[in-house]
Amino acid sequence: MQYHAPSSFDDAVTIAKDAEGVTRFLAGGTDVLVQLRADIVTPDVLIDVKKIDGVSEIAREGDGWRIGVAVTGAEMTEHHTLGKEWPGVAEAMDLVGSTQIQGRATLTGNLCNGSPAADSVPAMVAAGATVSVTGPNGARTIAAGDIPVAPGKTSLATGEMITAVHLPARGSNGGDAYLRFTPRTEMDIAVVGCAVNLRLDGKKIVEARVSLGAVAPTVLLVSEAADAIIGTELDDAALDALAAAASAACNPITDKRGTIEFRTQVAGVLARRTAQIAYDRAEAAS
Amino acid sequence: MIHVNTKVNGDEVEFLCDPRETLLDALRDQLNLTGAKEGCGTGDCGACSVTLDGRLVCSCLVLGVEAEGKEIGTVEGIANGEELHPLQEKFIEHAALQCGICTPGILVATKSLLEKHPNPSETQVRYWLAGNLCRCTGYDKIVRAVMETAADLRKAS
Repeated sequence: MQYHAPSSFDDAVTIAKDAEGVTRFLAGGTDVLVQLRADIVTPDVLIDVKKIDGVSEIAREGDGWRIGVAVTGAEMTEHHTLGKEWPGVAEAMDLVGSTQIQGRATLTGNLCNGSPAADSVPAMVAAGATVSVTGPNGARTIAAGDIPVAPGKTSLATGEMITAVHLPARGSNGGDAYLRFTPRTEMDIAVVGCAVNLRLDGKKIVEARVSLGAVAPTVLLVSEAADAIIGTELDDAALDALAAAASAACNPITDKRGTIEFRTQVAGVLARRTAQIAYDRAEAAS
Repeated sequence: MIHVNTKVNGDEVEFLCDPRETLLDALRDQLNLTGAKEGCGTGDCGACSVTLDGRLVCSCLVLGVEAEGKEIGTVEGIANGEELHPLQEKFIEHAALQCGICTPGILVATKSLLEKHPNPSETQVRYWLAGNLCRCTGYDKIVRAVMETAADLRKAS
């Protein structure tokens, strides 16, 4: 295995483009190294991105944020403003793994690992996060939710890599939240995850995005669930409609963590609870 | 083989390592620092916990080559010569260990906790240690030892 630690994204792309065999980018390594040691994926070329300028920065970008590809979960949690504006994104990332894992794991890594159960991904999708991608054919910006295309697979072409995650401006009267169901309180993988991001005008919801994880091969953005609460004050009827729409959108598998029926029902329950938290946060911000 | 310069427990060290070699293996096999243990090798058990530039990590999920230019802290650096760290004293007093495999990782993790949060709640201690598995003593003695050390250190400061 060749190990490279380039100092720019251009150099990283050049190395990746010319690499033969399996290439992996290394940021926190909490998936790459596990796969390497378990002989699941043995890279021929490993490109460590942590020496590239700016990758460890959480920076203002207009009224939104640019989160570098090597920023760890712990750094996101410790940031004084990010979690106040996007608590759902921060709490979702914070649910990934232990203290030790938080010291290394990154938002971009969680996205590119392609797990349908990744905690931070529904939160990014609900927030409307985008990612900058660069590669041999130039740069582009796409929705974070367009990166995973199947379990363990991304839409990134050979030689392409993510160079930053962008969170939009929080704006006024808004709130987001993420909840997951796990049988244990810590060190577990989501059976269902749900993120809600919404904006109020007075008490009425005027914008909403609802996203589900671990109930389909990829993260879902459920517009029917958002439509169920837009225009409402999140009364019981709206919550019922939201839960029904969330459950209806599920296309899960049965595995050791939960059955199809269980996941489908829990998705509705979580959607109600998550929406209430997001609503309360938006009210508090108003 | 890649030549790595790093600092371990304050001492400048260098070693040669294969790019696939983990920091854990480099510490144990190249530098003879066998305090950090390999339990699971997948970042679940925390027996290999070290600090990397002050940040608590699993050394089984860090490559040796990533240590270049960094500062590593291991359990060997916790005592001051023959003088044990208050956490180590308390762990002995409470018999907060049995076979001892998890203990180096738990000491490194709790020292890191107390540096960041000198007045932790019991819940905070338990969550902080969620990634450190002990399969014999159970966690109550460990948590009590940590809470008492925290109280003693606050009194002393």
